[in-house]
Amino acid sequence: MKRFINQTPSASSQLLYGLLPFLLLLVLYMVGSEARLELNPHDKLLPSFSQMADAIERMAFEPSRRTGEYLFWQDTLSSLTRLGLGVLIAAVVGLVLGLATGALPMVAAPLSPLLTVLSLVPPLALLPVLFIVFGLGEVSKVALIAIGITPFIARDIQRRTQEIPMEPLVKAQTLGASTGQILLRVLLPQMMPRLIDAVRLSLGAGWLFLIAAEAVASTDGLGYRIFLVRRYMSMDVILPYVAWITLLAFVFDYLLVRLNQRLYPWNEQGAH
Amino acid sequence: MLEARNLWKNYGDTVVLERLNLSVAEGEFVTLVGASGCGKSTFLKLLLGTETASRGSLLLDGVPIASEPGPDRGIVFQQYSVFPHMTVLENLVAVRGFQQARLTGYLSGNARRAAEKEARQLLDQVGLGNACQRYPHELSGGMRQRLAIAQALLGKPRILLLDEPFGALDPGTRTDMHQLVLSLWREHRLTVFMVTHDLKEGFFLGTRLWVFDKVRHDPQAPAAFGASITYDLSVGDACPATCEQINDEIWPRPALVAV
Repeated sequence: MKRFINQTPSASSQLLYGLLPFLLLLVLYMVGSEARLELNPHDKLLPSFSQMADAIERMAFEPSRRTGEYLFWQDTLSSLTRLGLGVLIAAVVGLVLGLATGALPMVAAPLSPLLTVLSLVPPLALLPVLFIVFGLGEVSKVALIAIGITPFIARDIQRRTQEIPMEPLVKAQTLGASTGQILLRVLLPQMMPRLIDAVRLSLGAGWLFLIAAEAVASTDGLGYRIFLVRRYMSMDVILPYVAWITLLAFVFDYLLVRLNQRLYPWNEQGAH
Repeated sequence: MLEARNLWKNYGDTVVLERLNLSVAEGEFVTLVGASGCGKSTFLKLLLGTETASRGSLLLDGVPIASEPGPDRGIVFQQYSVFPHMTVLENLVAVRGFQQARLTGYLSGNARRAAEKEARQLLDQVGLGNACQRYPHELSGGMRQRLAIAQALLGKPRILLLDEPFGALDPGTRTDMHQLVLSLWREHRLTVFMVTHDLKEGFFLGTRLWVFDKVRHDPQAPAAFGASITYDLSVGDACPATCEQINDEIWPRPALVAV
C-alpha cells in the first residue's frame, strides 16, 4: 500500500470525485426542500426547482408589469456594465501605476508608500463618502469597484515588474533602448499576462463591491434585486440569482484564462 | 583602448578588487578566470556600467567609462539574455527599433522589411535560420545563447562582454559555441571580455588570460583585501604546466577542473 500522499485518482475517477460533491449538495437540497414543502406547501425557505424555474420565467421572459422591462436581463446588463467599467478603469490605472512604480525608482519613491497606505483603507468604508461626493447614481458604484481593486492590481503589477530579472533590461540598454522604449517594448508586454491574472484574482472583490453598492442604493442590478426580494423572503428568486452570478463569475474567469493562453503563448510556466 | 588605473571596488568594508592596473588594445580577446567571488564578474560590471569604481579610474579611449550600460558595450549573460515575449526574429528586429529615437521603438514599412532581412541573414549565420518564429522558451540553451550573441552583435558594439555565456551548456554545444564566438570576433573585429569558470576555456579560446585572485590574505578579516590580477598571460605563450599551476592556485585541491 502506497503512502496516502503518493496516491492519485485515475483520470476517470478524478471527474467523478469532482462531480460528487455537487451531486451530493443537490440531492441534499432536494430532499430538504421536499420535506419542508410536504409539511407546509407555502414554505419559502427551500423552494423546489420548479418554483425557482417559475420565478425565473417570470423575471426573465415576461415583461415587468410595472416598467415593461425584462427584469432579469435588465439587472444583468446594469450589473455587468458597472462591473466592467470599474474593472476596466482599475486595470488601466493599476497597470500604469504598477509599471511606473515597479520600473522607475524616482516614481516609486513618492508613490509607493502612498499606494501601500491607500491599499489598506477598507473600500466599503469609503462607500458613504462616494455617495456624498458622486451622488447615488452610476458613478459612485463604478468608483467603488475601481477604488476597491486598483490598489491590489497596482501593487501586484509593481511586484511583478520588480521580479523581472535585470538582465533583459541591461541588455536592452546595451542595444540603445531609451527608458520609454524599455517600458513599452520590454516591460509592458511582459506585464500584460500578469495583468490578466491580477484582474482574474480581483474579480471576486469586484463582485463584492458591486453587490454591496447595489444593495445600499440602486434601482436595478443583480445585487439590488436579491436585496429587494429579501423583504418578501423570495428564496425562489434569490437562489437562481446567486447561481447566475456564480455562473457569470466562472465564465469570466475561464474566458480570461483562455484569453491569456491565446494572446501570450510565450507566457508558459517557467518560461524565460 | 581600455585602461584601468589603480582601480578599487569595495562594498562597504568588503574589498572586492584592489590595485588593478592594466591596458587592453583594440581587438584583443580577454578571458577572465578565477574562483567564485574573486571579483571577475564585478570587473565585468564595471565595464558594463552597472557598477562604478570606488577608487581609481577605468578609461575607454582616455575617457572614464559611462556609468550606465550603453550601445558601445554589448553583453551576453549566462541566462535571461533575450526577450522572452518576442520571437527569435522579433528579438533581432527590436534592436533596430531601439536604435531609433522614437518612443515606442516599433518599425514600420521599409525600415521593418530591411531590419527583418538583415535579421534573417544574421540568424542564418549563427545557425538559427529555421527558428525565426519560435519563442525563446522553445529553444535549447545553446540556441538561446546563439540568439543572445546575434542580438548583441546587431547593436554593433565595440566591446563584447560575455558573462559565463556557456556555463549552462553541455560540452559538445560549448565547443560549437566557441567556434561561433571566435569566427564572429574575427569578422566583426571586436574586443571581447569573457568571464568563465572553465580554466581550459580561458586558456585556449582567447588571446589573453587574466586570473583573478587575492594576493594578500588576512585570516582575521577575510574581506579586508580584495582580488587583483595574479596572472596576465598572452595565451599563445602559455604552456600546459602554467595552466595546471594556476588551476592548483585558484582551486586548491581537490582540483575542480581537470586539464
